[in-house]
Amino acid sequence: MTGVIVTRGLVKRFGRLRAVDGIDLDVRSGDIYGFLGANGSGKTTTVRMLLGLVLPTSGEIDVLGGRMPRAGRRVLPRVGSLIEGPAAYGHLSGRENLALLDASGPGGSWRTRRRRIDEVLEQVGLAGVGRRPVKAYSLGMRQRLGLAGALLRRPELLVLDEPTNGLDPQGIAEVRTLLLDLHRSGTTVFLSSHLLAEVEQLCTRVGVLDRGRLVLQEEMATLTAPTGATVVHTPQPDRVRATLDGRVTSIDGERVIVRGQDPAEVNALLVGAGVPVSGLALERPTLEEVVLAATGASSDRVEAPR
Amino acid sequence: MIVVELRKLFRRPRTWATIAVLNALPILVAVLLVLTDLAPRPGQGPPFLSAVLSNGALYPLAALAIVLPLFLPIAVAVVAGDSIAGEAQAGTLRYLLARPTGRTRLLVAKLVAVLVFVFVTVLIVAVIGYIVGTTLFHAQPLSGGTSVSGTALSSQDITNRTLMAIGYVAVSMLGVAAFALFFSTLTDSPLGATMGALAVLVSSSLLFTLNAASPIAPYLPTRYWLSFVDFFRDPILWRDIDRGLALQGVYVAVLLTAAWANFATKDVTS
Repeated sequence: MTGVIVTRGLVKRFGRLRAVDGIDLDVRSGDIYGFLGANGSGKTTTVRMLLGLVLPTSGEIDVLGGRMPRAGRRVLPRVGSLIEGPAAYGHLSGRENLALLDASGPGGSWRTRRRRIDEVLEQVGLAGVGRRPVKAYSLGMRQRLGLAGALLRRPELLVLDEPTNGLDPQGIAEVRTLLLDLHRSGTTVFLSSHLLAEVEQLCTRVGVLDRGRLVLQEEMATLTAPTGATVVHTPQPDRVRATLDGRVTSIDGERVIVRGQDPAEVNALLVGAGVPVSGLALERPTLEEVVLAATGASSDRVEAPR
Repeated sequence: MIVVELRKLFRRPRTWATIAVLNALPILVAVLLVLTDLAPRPGQGPPFLSAVLSNGALYPLAALAIVLPLFLPIAVAVVAGDSIAGEAQAGTLRYLLARPTGRTRLLVAKLVAVLVFVFVTVLIVAVIGYIVGTTLFHAQPLSGGTSVSGTALSSQDITNRTLMAIGYVAVSMLGVAAFALFFSTLTDSPLGATMGALAVLVSSSLLFTLNAASPIAPYLPTRYWLSFVDFFRDPILWRDIDRGLALQGVYVAVLLTAAWANFATKDVTS
C-alpha cells in the first residue's frame, strides 16, 4: 500500500481564518476515497492545495510521490481533476475545448489526441454531441465534458470535487458506474462531496472534515461494521421485550434493537415464542450517523456571539 | 502553449469584432472626407489627414493616427485585461493551472498573444487604410512623397518609415498591454482590469495637458505616443522616439515583473 495523497500538518490561513487546520490525509493506491465535509469545512481549499492552485501556509503535500506544488509539472499530468464544477470556453465545441486543454500542458501527445478525445467523449456519453458550442450545453452536459477533460490522459489519480453536481438520477448512476469501472482498472479516486449517499455507495475509505480539521479517517467497512446488535421488525414489539427480557436495548415503533450478533439465534427464540417477525438484520451504523457523530453543527451556520 | 493562446484569441468572435470596429472609424472618416472634400488644415486634426486628399497612399498613417489616441488602447486593454482575469471568471484558469500549465509560462503565452494581437491589429488598420486611401483618394503610387518637414522622400524611404512607425505604435500599445495584464492578475474581473488600464491612460492624457503636472509629464505613459509622426520628419527626429521607447520599456519591464511576482504566488480561488 503506497500513499497516493499524503499530507502532513497541512494548514491554510486566509487572513485570520484557518480554512484548513492541520490535516493529515492518507489516500492509498486503489482507494475510492470519500472526502466528506459540510459546505465551508475546507474541502475545496484542500483539493486546490493538492493540485497546486492554492499554496499552503504550512505543512507538506505529497501527490503520487512528488512534493506539491514543486513537483506539479511532473505529477499533475498523471492526475485528472474536476474542481468546483466544470468550466469551458463557451464559443468553442466540447471537442475543441478538450483539444485546447490537452495542448496546454505536458503529457498529452498530439498524435493520440484525436483518438483519446473520441474515447473519453464516448465514455462520458457525449459522443454524438458534434460541433455544438459549449454555451448551448445543459448543466449535465457540461459536467460530463468536465469529466471527459479529467479522463483525457488516463490518469492514475482522479481528484473529483462534487462530480455528480447538476446531473439527473440516471446521470448520477452512469457516473457511478464509470468511476467503479475506472477503479477496477486501477485508478485511485479522491472524491470530495457533501452527498453522504453518493460516498456511501462508492467509497472504500472515508475522511471527514469539520471546520478545517480531519475528524475521522477510516475504512468504510470499519465505520459501518456491525455493532453487535440485531434489528427486529415486528408488529408486536412488546412481546419481543417480554420474550427476550434484558436484551432489548431500544424500541422505536415496530423496530426493536436486540443485543446479539446472530440474527438466526434471535429469530429462533422469537419464533419459538410465537412472536411474529417481519424483518431481521444485523445493526450497522449508517454513514450519516457516523459523520454526524463526528462533526459539530453545520459550518455555514453563523451563531451570534454570546 | 503560445499556439494554444493564439488559437483561443483568434477563434474568438470578439477579437474580430474588435478589429472590425477599429477599422470602421478610419473608413467613416475617409468616406466623409471624400464626400465633403473638407480636409483639416495642416497642423490641425489628426496628423497626416490634411495630406491625404492629395495622396491617398498616406492614408494608412492617417488611419493609425485616428485610432491611436483612443480606440487602439481600448482594444488592447480589453484583450490584455481579459487575459488572466477572463480565464479566472470563466473558471478555466483552475483547469489550465491543474493541467498543469506553469504560471510563468501561461503569463508569457498571454503576453505574446496580446503582442500578436497588437501587431495584427495595427497591420490590418494600415492595410485597410491603404486600400481605402488608394480607392477613395487620388492614389499617387508612392513615387516619392513629401516629409512633414517639406523635403522629398523616396517611395522606399516612405515604406521603411511607415514600417518603423507601425513598430513604434505597437511598442506604445505594449505599454497599455502591460498595465492591463498586471491588473488582470490582481482581479478576477476582466472588466475591472480593462477599466483600470484605461483609467491610467485617461489620467495620463489629462495630466499631460495640465501645466501644473509638467514636472512629471516626461514620465507619463502616453507622453510620447504620437511621436511616431517624427519618423516622417527629415531627418528623422529621434529624440522623442528614443525617449518614448525607453519609457515604454521601463513601464513594461516593471509592470510585467509585478504581474509575474503577483501571479506566481497567488492563491487561485476562482
